[in-house]
Amino acid sequence: MTRARWLAVIVAAIAILTIWSSLYTIAETQQVVITQFGEPIGKPIDEPGLHVKLPFVQDVNVFDKRWLEWDGSANQVPTRDKKYIWVDTYARWRIADPLRFFQRLRDERSAQSRLDDIVDGETRNVIANHDLIEVVRSSNRPFELGDAAQDVISEEAAVPVQQGREKITRMILERASAVMPDYGIEMVDVRIQRINYIDTVQAKVFDRMISERKRIADRYRSEGQGKSAEIRGRKERELKKIESEAYRRSQEIMGKADAEATTIYAAAYGRAPELYRFLRTMETYRSTVDAKSTLVLSTEGDLFRYLQSSSVPRR
Amino acid sequence: MTQDAPPLHRVRLGNDEVSRVVDDLRTTFLRGRRWIWRAIVLIIGIAALLTSYYQIEPEAVGMVTRFGRYVRTANPGPHAKLPFGMERVQKVPVERQLKQEFGFRTKRAGIQSELSKDDHTQEAIMLTGDLNVATVEWIVQYKIADPYKYLFNVRAVEDTFRLMNEAAMRQIVGDHNVTELLTIGRESIAGRAKDLLDELCKRYETGIVVQQLVLQDVDPPEPVRPSFNEVNQAIQERERAINEAWAEYNQEIPRAGGRAEQSIQAAEGFAVERVNRSMGDAQRFLALQHEYAKAPEVTRTRIYLETMTDVIPLAGKKLLIDDKTKGVLPLLDLGKADNAKQDVKP
Repeated sequence: MTRARWLAVIVAAIAILTIWSSLYTIAETQQVVITQFGEPIGKPIDEPGLHVKLPFVQDVNVFDKRWLEWDGSANQVPTRDKKYIWVDTYARWRIADPLRFFQRLRDERSAQSRLDDIVDGETRNVIANHDLIEVVRSSNRPFELGDAAQDVISEEAAVPVQQGREKITRMILERASAVMPDYGIEMVDVRIQRINYIDTVQAKVFDRMISERKRIADRYRSEGQGKSAEIRGRKERELKKIESEAYRRSQEIMGKADAEATTIYAAAYGRAPELYRFLRTMETYRSTVDAKSTLVLSTEGDLFRYLQSSSVPRR
Repeated sequence: MTQDAPPLHRVRLGNDEVSRVVDDLRTTFLRGRRWIWRAIVLIIGIAALLTSYYQIEPEAVGMVTRFGRYVRTANPGPHAKLPFGMERVQKVPVERQLKQEFGFRTKRAGIQSELSKDDHTQEAIMLTGDLNVATVEWIVQYKIADPYKYLFNVRAVEDTFRLMNEAAMRQIVGDHNVTELLTIGRESIAGRAKDLLDELCKRYETGIVVQQLVLQDVDPPEPVRPSFNEVNQAIQERERAINEAWAEYNQEIPRAGGRAEQSIQAAEGFAVERVNRSMGDAQRFLALQHEYAKAPEVTRTRIYLETMTDVIPLAGKKLLIDDKTKGVLPLLDLGKADNAKQDVKP
């Protein structure tokens, strides 16, 4: 009785262990390779849920199914135009063929180090084959420039790009992808996270930026001077125009008045020119003779004739 | 268990005793077992209750997986699930607006938020399209639109999202020059970076939807900053020079116009005067002439003599000469007064 009981307990324990060992779960994020004594058995399973395997002899090797991270460290790379830059890339990859992945790489750690070699290497190759501007720009979109900034674009930046960053990263992705199926890996994306100048280059770039800005500032200043001179010139012109027009108008007006007056005078004086001459002469005497004048008068003249004789003159 | 210990010492005493002890033991064990069973059942029951109850906050949803497989989404409120880890819940805050900062961190949010920039300049420093350098800080606000994708598609989603941000921003900034970046291009850069980020989010199937991308401080690098300020100053100077010139223009042109009007008016006045005067003179002359015609000789003599009466006394010197008297002229020193003056002067 008791022995049967013990037996029952043992059998139950073994049964539970067996069931426990033959059941396994796969999460939504997982895929597994079943191995029997270390030998992969059957196809990889990626259906999430509860699954059954042979107890004890089969092992479950779990791999992630999601997009996995790879973040490279910054590399110092020379571009084709001999600019030294730090390039920091990141990639996303997934285990596309867990069986092959398991056979070739075993785990993610070795995969990461393989990715280091491949992606860094390809990045280096591709970037070394392109000018810096190709890596920085993505298109030939013209800059919307402030008026004065137009001619301060440095020469190397003014070159139209053939590829552009997008295409260059696609190139790195393509090249890196080429070897990946061998490891059961699919590269899903490679991107340049950061590009920076190395310190010595950066210092030179800063110098260049400063001189560029100086030139822009000078341009603005001389533009200001030019514009203000232009406005002053315009002002001078306007002034001359206004003044001369006013002069012309007033001369015209006065001339017309003179003409009219002349007509009037001529009409009036024309009736008795001799009288006019006489009156006018009298007037002139009045206005010209003053204390400084010396009059030399002849007794032959009309006025003093009577000093000599009172007889009626003979005409 | 402590009850079982003393009987064990008596096991050696005898068979009767042994059987009695065993009986004792069995009864106590059975009685005790009932208690243990009850306790076990109770514990299991409580554990089952505890592991099957869960609650979802209003801002989140619960993603329920049974043996690892996604089975349903739980909305906010209290819920039950299969116990003992058969079903598990991952909460995803789908309603919350999430935010990431680049180039700085808000240390303590508040009315006057404290920001720290020290260790994050590497995130912000980047190359512009004219191969210059600038630091660009930005924030991105996003929501989790698809919790399934968010949880199950990409590992380390948040880190990936940050990398996507940095890559996208640098790609867009790389297509603008530094002047655009600092002035007119801010809006369009933020817009284009958001578009690119949207596209990447879709491609990576992160389940994230970007709501807003806003540029914060955008600056030239520290050593270059003074020269950028100089440019701004130069722009101010240009504006000032132009404004000053216009001010002068606006001051002088209307004044000149006024002066011109004045001279024209004066000319008009002159003209009116001239004509009126001539008419007056003419009228006067004609009137005189009319009367003169009646007695020309007398009138003429009268006018002559009247004039002479007025004029001759005005002259300083008068000389009367008789034509018959010759040789007076040589004796006459006409310039005497002037010569005297000249003598005194030097």
